[in-house]
Amino acid sequence: MRVPKSLTSWFYVSPLLLVIIPFFVMPIIVVIAASFMQGDGFGGILPTFTWENYQGVFSEQLTWNLYVSTVKFTVLTWFFTLIIGFWIAYYLVFHIRSELLAMGLFLLCTVPFWTSNIIRMISWIPLLGQNGLVNMALVGSGVVKEPLKVLLFSDFSVVVAYVHQLTIFMIVPIFNSLARVDKRVVEAARDAGASRWDIMRRIILPLSRSGIALGSIFVISIVMGDFFVVKVMSGGNSASVVAALFENISVLQYPPAAAHAVVLMIVVVIMIGAILRTVDIRKEITQ
Amino acid sequence: MSAPAVRPLLDRRPWTFYALTALFVFYVLALYGPMLCIYLLSFQDLRGGLVFPMKGLSVHWFVDLFTQVRTGDVKGSFDRSIKLAVLVTVITVAVSFLAGMAFRRRFRGDTVVFYLMIGSLVAPGLVLGIGIGLLFQFFHLEPSWFTSALGAQLSLTLPFGVLVMFAVMSRFDRRWEEAARDLGASSWQITRMVVIPILLPGIVAVALFGFTLSYDEFARTLQTSGSLNTLPVEIWTMTLNVTSPSLYALGTVTTIVSFIIIGLCLGSIAQMQKRRALHKASH
Repeated sequence: MRVPKSLTSWFYVSPLLLVIIPFFVMPIIVVIAASFMQGDGFGGILPTFTWENYQGVFSEQLTWNLYVSTVKFTVLTWFFTLIIGFWIAYYLVFHIRSELLAMGLFLLCTVPFWTSNIIRMISWIPLLGQNGLVNMALVGSGVVKEPLKVLLFSDFSVVVAYVHQLTIFMIVPIFNSLARVDKRVVEAARDAGASRWDIMRRIILPLSRSGIALGSIFVISIVMGDFFVVKVMSGGNSASVVAALFENISVLQYPPAAAHAVVLMIVVVIMIGAILRTVDIRKEITQ
Repeated sequence: MSAPAVRPLLDRRPWTFYALTALFVFYVLALYGPMLCIYLLSFQDLRGGLVFPMKGLSVHWFVDLFTQVRTGDVKGSFDRSIKLAVLVTVITVAVSFLAGMAFRRRFRGDTVVFYLMIGSLVAPGLVLGIGIGLLFQFFHLEPSWFTSALGAQLSLTLPFGVLVMFAVMSRFDRRWEEAARDLGASSWQITRMVVIPILLPGIVAVALFGFTLSYDEFARTLQTSGSLNTLPVEIWTMTLNVTSPSLYALGTVTTIVSFIIIGLCLGSIAQMQKRRALHKASH
């Protein structure tokens, strides 16, 4: 008896679905449901329908400020990770002539990704603090007279920590798409008289588009959904949407937190959807 | 001035090469430098503080870390994190391998599965954690690190594992499989004797992602680990109330564990590739 091919495939993905449905699909549905219900103030949820939570979200000036702050961090982080990530990937693919060395340097960039993010974040404290190494160097060399206070527990240190953690999410996909570029195409363009700028603009950039899109999805969704980097690295001076949501649940206000979460997820989905319109990510990943 | 008729010698590097080398060196320094600082600072003696200069040289803060009650249950959470990471790794390898096999051809509904997976990967961890917590509450289940936190971590490690599997399988030549089938191998034999051995380095890479992502996972675990913490949750609590170098000592210890795992995985992948190269050369 022949089993239809689709059925075999479904059999193979069923374990994946057995995790993703109870631990992704259902929790999201529960959060959406909770956002339309009333809390009892003690962490419980009453099954009565209400718009109150959303009215709360949209009527507060605070919500607007939170989104401005979160989007600001997202844009800054995206910009710096993209610039640094693109040039690192480009350097490894097109400037390092030995493939083994390129692979080794690529791994050198990747190893910290497999270590703790929290530890990597707090490791900036002895560097950026008022008595930190950077300030010691700046004062010692006479660049500034007084130690700079804005280096730590500020927007600056938040962006530094994000870029430090997330540049790898740009490097890997851009590296992958650039590694697939046929070097003979570049040679041919050069032989035909194209300048290095032409080659960059007409060949390299278009061919790295899918890698950039993939990296952007990672970076944007992580920064938009983050709370602990903002909380620790801003020293409580800045907030993000999820940090506010975290405050809500620590006082057991689940339904307002759920409404915040739903609005956030809609915003993130719109952002990712806009990126997905520019590339076929599915084809890119599975081919 | 006319353009040179012949291409410049291969050895002549454009100025961008030097600029980008400088950028690369700076990036790697910024990547590792801060981490090295806290490893150094964790070896101070009793007088040690959170910043340079280093005061003395001892393992005081490591002893402090594992003996003081004030710093929390480090030993217990360390133990749980390792156990959980092993569990997550085993499940991630098995499930990602199967899903990777399924995605080698198109099947009805594959796009839905694919985007569910991407959604699970990019969903805000804390929101997912809250959802899982509420779900468990609804079904009157007690959240714990080996049920709700396990599921929460798998919702991250599985999509990652499958993405790595995609990359690995895109280099797999289907003709090897067909050759085995022509020689009369059953599908189980093909999987066990052709597919798995060829994909083994990739499978080790999936294991590396599974272990390290679980071992360091924080946002999804925070609301789902129940009454007993995992190590990253413990570290998070420490960042809020511990202001001694024992925080750095914990950073050093957990990074050593990560480096051992990374070394073992990358080492075994390198070993396999080397054996393959030798094998090829001897034929």
